[in-house]
Amino acid sequence: MSEAGPPILQVDHVTMRFGGLVAVDDLSFAAKPREITAIIGPNGAGKTTVFNCITGFYKPTEGMIQLRHPAHPEPFLLERMEDHEIAARAGVARTFQNIRLFSGMTVLENLLVAQHGPLNEASFFSFAGLLGLKRYRKAEAEAVDFASYWLEKLGLIDRADDAAGDLAYGDQRRLEIARSMCTRPVILCLDEPAAGLNPRESAGLNDTLRWIRDEHGLAILLIEHDMGVVMGISDHIVVLDYGRKIADGAPEFIRNDPTVIAAYLGVAEDEVELVEAEVGR
Amino acid sequence: MAEGVVMATGARSIEAPDVGEALKQAIIASGIALILFIAIVGIKTENAQGGLALIYRFGAAFSLAATVGVVRFLFDLFVWRGLGREIMQRWLPAGTLGTVMTALVIAAYLLGAYYFIVPGSRLALAETLSDIFGDNEWRSRSRIFVELTGQLVIAVFIVLSAMGIIMALRRLFSAAIPASREAVPPAARAEKTTLAEFGQQFAPALLVIAVILPVLVAGPQQRYALDTAIQILTYIMLGWGLNIVVGLAGLLDLGYVAFYAVGAYSYALLSTSFGWSFWICLPLAGILAAFWGIMLGFPVLRLRGDYLAIVTLAFGEMIRILLLNWQSLTNGPNGISQIPKPSFFGLSFDRFGGSGTKFHEFFGLQYDAVYRIIFLYYIILALALMVNFASQRLRRLPIGRAWEALREDEIACRSLGINTVTTKLTAFAIGAMFGGFAGSFFAMRQGFISPESFTFHESALILAIVVLGGLGSQIGVVVAAVALIGSSEFFRDLEDYRMLIFGASMVVIMVWRPRGLVSGRAPTVVLKEHKVISGGLVKEGAG
Repeated sequence: MSEAGPPILQVDHVTMRFGGLVAVDDLSFAAKPREITAIIGPNGAGKTTVFNCITGFYKPTEGMIQLRHPAHPEPFLLERMEDHEIAARAGVARTFQNIRLFSGMTVLENLLVAQHGPLNEASFFSFAGLLGLKRYRKAEAEAVDFASYWLEKLGLIDRADDAAGDLAYGDQRRLEIARSMCTRPVILCLDEPAAGLNPRESAGLNDTLRWIRDEHGLAILLIEHDMGVVMGISDHIVVLDYGRKIADGAPEFIRNDPTVIAAYLGVAEDEVELVEAEVGR
Repeated sequence: MAEGVVMATGARSIEAPDVGEALKQAIIASGIALILFIAIVGIKTENAQGGLALIYRFGAAFSLAATVGVVRFLFDLFVWRGLGREIMQRWLPAGTLGTVMTALVIAAYLLGAYYFIVPGSRLALAETLSDIFGDNEWRSRSRIFVELTGQLVIAVFIVLSAMGIIMALRRLFSAAIPASREAVPPAARAEKTTLAEFGQQFAPALLVIAVILPVLVAGPQQRYALDTAIQILTYIMLGWGLNIVVGLAGLLDLGYVAFYAVGAYSYALLSTSFGWSFWICLPLAGILAAFWGIMLGFPVLRLRGDYLAIVTLAFGEMIRILLLNWQSLTNGPNGISQIPKPSFFGLSFDRFGGSGTKFHEFFGLQYDAVYRIIFLYYIILALALMVNFASQRLRRLPIGRAWEALREDEIACRSLGINTVTTKLTAFAIGAMFGGFAGSFFAMRQGFISPESFTFHESALILAIVVLGGLGSQIGVVVAAVALIGSSEFFRDLEDYRMLIFGASMVVIMVWRPRGLVSGRAPTVVLKEHKVISGGLVKEGAG
């Protein structure tokens, strides 16, 4: 699955401190296009903090995050950009651990809000839209078509006119993915997309993510606790523990890595020194 | 037990009324009523020599409590339980709600027509009522009350008739039924359409009535009625303006009156210093108010919830205090007077004086001061409709959807590439602009303004209109403005009881409809079917 060529997202020596707490410590990794990169680790390992740094919700204390947009010659330096610019210009889309839909708006409206940038431009920042010009109406019809495409693909088309808050939990998760895809991203960051899904739904999620990767050529960055999902679809896994990277590689490699096993399961008393020597702590 | 009741209603033809239970309820009801009435009605203070004197009217209190008990008893026996419920169940199978509506319309029509046509009928009713109490004061009070109720019935009757007429006309002219409706089974359709269609005619009916209002109220009361209508429309316009900030963008603004003041002073100062006409000053006032909206917006961008409310409240007070103290510009507490009155395409509404042709001379009419009022009425109607049109359009545009998304979840907005700074600022600016328009109209209408007109009380009233109407609802604002401003005018004769009624109705509405009169949210874009989103899902915004 992996391709030669430069990584689309490169995280270099990123450190994030909150006062005395070091949430992410000198983290470096890279995500390649058309690959699913999973970030795993025990609770509190700093996975969501990494996501927040990449998507601009936090400014990292140190380090550099580069994103190579295919349609842009120069790489974007994400640590210097505003969060909404990262989404709108650099093409980074994300979902949230606790679903953040616009619950009082319909499913279709949620997807149109995601296309705000191009639509707002088409409406001449509301002036053409206010006068009801044809140019805007055409743009809106196209946006609805694009939204329908994603609703169709994720099996939500019949719920298009229902309030997002009325959807079942699994449907809300899928709607959040559809909504972030409507921003036309080059990299999709999913924060625990399988949380709360039943086995059938999470198998469906696997298929969807693979399809997005293969059909749309997206890079996907994934935080997940469900090892079935992680091992099933990841091309590449980064393991964090206490804010530091402890392993990085293909799923088979990670599965057998002793430090990873130690981080997840703990170690027996007599092995502690051995493992500590290995981890370097 | 519950099952038994269901079985009984299904099997037997008439459920025997439970007299004992009804009696018990009646006694409880009259007991509660007595406790209330003893204090409110039974004891009265009156100015007497050497201070206040207490006057006891326990007879009136007892008779009121007894009336409550009897009515409750009768309701229990014949309306809620036995016969009445049976009638409702038998004669009101699913799908005949329309018939009930029609019956109600006819009843309102007949009652309205009776009071409207038969001279003295309202007075006669009042006499009968006051005879029961046998008290002169109650005589006059009940006369006022019956008179007001009569007027209310007439108002309802006019609105309902207009809705009926519009509905009938629509049916008449829409020969072809849309194809999509064919799919719906006729039985389901009948029930759905009657009520929904009836509801849809409410706004057009109000519009028609608003347009022909000057004719409707012709007579000795015309001037007063139009003045009230102008006041109501001003508040409707302010409510619609604030609705953008509070209802759509979810930013609680307690200082909205500041923009109203900016608009009013802009027109007052520009017209008195430079002699510019209203139509030049109106957009300028809007722009200045929008500018101040942005000035307020910048410092509060990062504030949410209570903090935002406090800062906006302070901003409203700051503007008022500034106007009060900047003597050289605003003339301080003395205000600005002799603000130019409107003219009809250069034709003055004055009787004498000045140069140029007068309105009544040009049209060859007898001079009447009411022409100016009618003209003002149509100006504010046009302005309000323009605000309504603009905000309805904006709501369906990307910026409007971004406002609503901001109200729902700001973080999700940012993750989708929406610049929340500009989105918030446009909400503040456009809301403020509409407030500025209303302000300059206010200055023109009054001819005199002073900082006293722009106190926090006004902000609170406008916010109450928006909240009472239902956040984000346009028609809700209309109903709430009519209810709040109209009722305080309507019950003016009741003096102090007015505030009692005002407070009580607010409490009742907030208990009955905690999310406002119109709580559902209409989607801005539809793929297949238009479904109203229930108010429970719509967030109120965190500020």
